[in-house]
Amino acid sequence: MIEKALKGSRNYWLWIGLLLLCIGAGFSAFSRQMWEGLTVTGMGRDVSWGLYIAQFTFFVGVAASAVMVVIPYYLHNQKAFAKTVIVGEFMAVAATLMCMLFILADMGRPDRVLNVLLYPSPHAMVFWDVMVLNGYLVINLVSAWTVLGAERKGVSPPAWVKPIIYLSIPWAFSIHTVTAFLYAGLPGRHLWLTAVLAPRFLASAFAAGTSLLILVTLILKKTTGFDAGNEARQKLAVLATYAGVANFFMIGTEFFTAFYSNVPAHMHGLQYLFFGLEGKSALVPWMWLSLLLGFGALAILFNPKLRQTSKWLVAACVGMVSSIWIDKGVGLVLGGFVPSPLEEITEYGVTLTELTVTLGIWAVGILVLTLLLKVAVTVKKEQEA
Amino acid sequence: MNEDRRSFIKKAGIGILAGIGSAAGLFPALSLEKTVLPAWDEKPEPGKHRWGMLIDTRKCAGNCKECVAACHFTHNVPDFGNRKDEVKWIWKSSYEHVFPTASQQFQSPGVTERPYVALCNHCAEPPCTKACPTEATFRRWDGIVSMDYHRCIGCRFCMAACPYGSRSFNWRDPREGIKLASTEYPTRMQGVVEKCNFCSERLVKGLDPACVEACPEQALVFGDLNDPGSEIRKLLESTETMQRKPELGTKPSVFYII
Repeated sequence: MIEKALKGSRNYWLWIGLLLLCIGAGFSAFSRQMWEGLTVTGMGRDVSWGLYIAQFTFFVGVAASAVMVVIPYYLHNQKAFAKTVIVGEFMAVAATLMCMLFILADMGRPDRVLNVLLYPSPHAMVFWDVMVLNGYLVINLVSAWTVLGAERKGVSPPAWVKPIIYLSIPWAFSIHTVTAFLYAGLPGRHLWLTAVLAPRFLASAFAAGTSLLILVTLILKKTTGFDAGNEARQKLAVLATYAGVANFFMIGTEFFTAFYSNVPAHMHGLQYLFFGLEGKSALVPWMWLSLLLGFGALAILFNPKLRQTSKWLVAACVGMVSSIWIDKGVGLVLGGFVPSPLEEITEYGVTLTELTVTLGIWAVGILVLTLLLKVAVTVKKEQEA
Repeated sequence: MNEDRRSFIKKAGIGILAGIGSAAGLFPALSLEKTVLPAWDEKPEPGKHRWGMLIDTRKCAGNCKECVAACHFTHNVPDFGNRKDEVKWIWKSSYEHVFPTASQQFQSPGVTERPYVALCNHCAEPPCTKACPTEATFRRWDGIVSMDYHRCIGCRFCMAACPYGSRSFNWRDPREGIKLASTEYPTRMQGVVEKCNFCSERLVKGLDPACVEACPEQALVFGDLNDPGSEIRKLLESTETMQRKPELGTKPSVFYII
């Protein structure tokens, strides 16, 4: 089936070329990082994780959100999702791959990554995260590819794939729960030390991931003429709305607990992110922008008339994705490090090398998604013809 | 004939080398490179000993940095002169930074202005070893939280997990930051985490940690917390002491007299 990704229009190849160019740039920046060390990033002794780990966290959410199409289609037999399901699953594959690349990019010694498997340590959440992420990648790739292959041959999918698809549902929840547990069990990092972190991760994932999925189906419609259907998009928009509300509700509860209890350590992270601490306030505009975009998106999504207009739907989805990208892909990780355990305030500033590596990983993810969707769309179109 | 002689010499040579090798294993005194024998002859028994330190902050002199200098020299800790790439095993900081959760209001100026030595606490319940996905950092049989630099993958989870900021990462090649090299302890490689090891390489020779030895005021007391007769235990019982962030349940092995 993969040969279908090798035949395409001029624009298709231009797009692939552009992505390869970005991957090349990313790889060269990564080589520099390997050579000179992680000193070329904005990270340091106090803020020891940065953009890479934050992006990893965001994309675990994108990966997990595939469940928002798998549940209605396979569990509730909602036929409207028939054409979206493959898009969601392939997006999960690409996002999971990006997660792994972000982890590799963040490691001081990526050449030793197999030590995680050679010395399995069940007490470490990273061990579980590596397990569930790899599992999720395989589950989604196998189930989506098999169902698509059966469709191409005009037969119903083999019976063994059903249990795997059902398994992907709890598995999707597990990847984001374990990712939250990476943070939520660390003493002395009060922004993360909260039981609501895993539920909040899931809510923000289902809001941002679903919005991103809507955008991908719209891009597919525009570039290939393959339409996943307005009904599916509208249903997804409703799911994104409620997930978004749940996310902002939980952010609100964090504020209440921290500020009403008045425990300094609990307040510090939020104070730094939203108001600035001791004159250091680099993230303040970003965090308020995140809130503004999120609430704006919700305002549009809550209005059925606006939601059903393509332009407003795009605006709402872009707003929601950007809002959560800032909140989870920047703020959450950095806020855990400021102030430091010794209550010293060191700010993080991203470097060009770091941004280029990140761009490269984005391009890898988008390239994989493009190739997979190219196959899917070609097969679906052949079936329709 | 010649061929036979050559192969005989080869085999004999290999045999002699193997003999020296195994002899070195059996009788450490015969080894070419000197092997350090433990200063104690008992078998390691998990939990029997627990090394600990007591810092009498009243004795610690303001501008003195002998402990830091001795430790960082002995262990080839690099100095790059900037905070971002900083690597440190032991350092001096202020009361509010070392004890951020302790009482700050209306403290005597003597207490708040005094310097405080900070280092790895070698916790009995270390969050860092729990977070490590490769057992590259682990708690030894004698309570020391140790590092295997050759296994560390540089994920920095231990740094996120440590509530005391005791861990440093080699953001760049540490050898570039070593002005005077010591032969007592190996240098590390770029991309791994390091921290205080309670001088396990000195303890094995029967020596006190470098910082304890270097302190001109004898403000640092080192000993076995599990030995009721040790000096450190007697001091802990007779003086009021505190640990850093005891509320986190990490059970630090470093104590302070304020």
